[in-house]
Amino acid sequence: MRLIPTRAWAATILFAAFAILPLIAESLDDNYLVVIATRILAYAIAALALDLILGYGGMVSFGHAAYLGIGAYSVAILSRAGVTDLALHLIAAMVAAGLFALITGAISLRTKGIYFIMITLAFAQMAYFFFISLSAYGGDDGVTLNERSTVFGQPLLENDRGLYYTALVLLVGLYLLAVAITRSRFGRVLTGTRENPVRMRAIGYSPFRYQLTAYVISGCMAAVAGVMLANQTNYVSPAFMDWHRSGELVVMVVFGGIGNLLGAVAGATVALLLEEWLSVLTDHWPLLFGLILVLVVLYSRDGLSGFFRRRL
Amino acid sequence: MTSLFLLQLLNGMQFGILLFLIAAGLTLVFGIMDFVNLAHGVIYMVGAYLAVTFTQVTGSYGLGLLLTLPATLLVGLVLELLVFRKLYDRPHLDQVLATFGLVMIISEGVEMIWGSAPLSLDIPEMLSGSVPLAGPLRYPVFRLVVIAAGLLTALSLWLIITRTRIGMRLRAGATNRSMVAALGVDIKSLFTIIFAFGAMLAGFAGAMVAPILTVDPGMGESVLILAFVVIVIGGIGSVKGAFAGALLVGLVDTLGRSFGPIILRAVMDPSAAGQAGRVLAPMLVYILMAVILALRPAGLFGAKT
Repeated sequence: MRLIPTRAWAATILFAAFAILPLIAESLDDNYLVVIATRILAYAIAALALDLILGYGGMVSFGHAAYLGIGAYSVAILSRAGVTDLALHLIAAMVAAGLFALITGAISLRTKGIYFIMITLAFAQMAYFFFISLSAYGGDDGVTLNERSTVFGQPLLENDRGLYYTALVLLVGLYLLAVAITRSRFGRVLTGTRENPVRMRAIGYSPFRYQLTAYVISGCMAAVAGVMLANQTNYVSPAFMDWHRSGELVVMVVFGGIGNLLGAVAGATVALLLEEWLSVLTDHWPLLFGLILVLVVLYSRDGLSGFFRRRL
Repeated sequence: MTSLFLLQLLNGMQFGILLFLIAAGLTLVFGIMDFVNLAHGVIYMVGAYLAVTFTQVTGSYGLGLLLTLPATLLVGLVLELLVFRKLYDRPHLDQVLATFGLVMIISEGVEMIWGSAPLSLDIPEMLSGSVPLAGPLRYPVFRLVVIAAGLLTALSLWLIITRTRIGMRLRAGATNRSMVAALGVDIKSLFTIIFAFGAMLAGFAGAMVAPILTVDPGMGESVLILAFVVIVIGGIGSVKGAFAGALLVGLVDTLGRSFGPIILRAVMDPSAAGQAGRVLAPMLVYILMAVILALRPAGLFGAKT
């Protein structure tokens, strides 16, 4: 029973740490820290989105990078058309991602378990190849963005710190939304479906509709991450939806501990910091990352939060 | 037009058979051991690299191919003993993650050993000719050999599974693992054998295509995803399904790429048709999968969901 207030405290501490990070970066005169941290925030949003369906709905999507890509391309395509406002980018990203999630989710959810994992993977590949063949937007090479999204016509995001705090506000907002969703009746039906779909159906719920709704919400949230990521790198390419990236998102959620929204944020942080650190050590960092991943899966069952739970 | 169609039909079949070689190992492991192995694609890649190296060392493609088979068998064996064995009773998610880690390790390892530049292998001289197909059109002998080898593999696999004692145990193990174990079958070694055998099939596929495709660090991935599509379409665990699915995917992909734009041109103006064809062609396979799953969630020959 003490779990809920503890998590609220942990969330407050974590987000407060994120809030003062630019000040620390300034005192260290290390702007790169803010750049990395912005990426972390963006991925944390995506991991949060994934944990919502993976941790609570039991739906292992191995194609969530598609939504990152859809969000990122929304920025690229609208900017090319002269629409630079962040709010419009976010809306377009969420609508496009929501539609993609609705169609592919409706088909994927007809299946269960491993079929679901592979179908989501295949649909993401479909989106990947779609953008590769879009020669108007650079195809394989992607597009460089000339400017970041504007906020009410102001280039607020051109400043790295402005972008960072925007990402942080979005992350905190979406985190609170996700917490609210999981605690609502809707969230409980979702968890109930994960535990026992037959029982849920027996007491009069239609699991499919709840799962699909959650899947669409998750897709929309992940697209927000894509919008942030495109702004951070000023560059969009099909590599955003590479299946490796979908795998990395699952890794983040598992690193942090499944079904624990804050864990997804922590998992994204740990995974990206690990990646940064390993890439400083050696060019062949994926080898070490893979090794760590295999060892974590083999020897720690619930990721970091499980590790901490056992220690504390 | 007819001869072009025939040519693409053969190309599609050859691609399909290659996919079958990869998907067969994947679906054996999947259907019988209920194990998701994302690392299957990189074993195929390792097979191609080993074939290149062995061919260079021995100076003969035939020897290179023969050496690749036990080598990839060994790779499968080692992976099974070190990693997979510990994951059989774990949720699919753990298997996906651990094998995803292996993909990172093996891909990077291959780049460290062989570099990131693509390698190529010459088609052995004996098989480098072409045979007349229809009219002035000719078809490369080596590609016919690939088709023949794949069909032969499919046939022997089918015979092993339906006609032999080990095949009987495999089928029984797929249906009820604990019952088979209780009857005194050493299910652990059975699993090890299937794994190593599946890896060897993937290695065989890699070695077979090394002379006709470029060998590069990314080659395992696109094929892995397509192999998944194949077994999802065919029905997980069904070798028959994998065969049907592989041919279907190979043909739809190849024919869609070459004839899609031509067909579209009949209904829209040429430049739009060209663009639409380029966008649609790579997606066709996934659209096919979506349609099949919408109609049959367990795939064409799938029994379990």
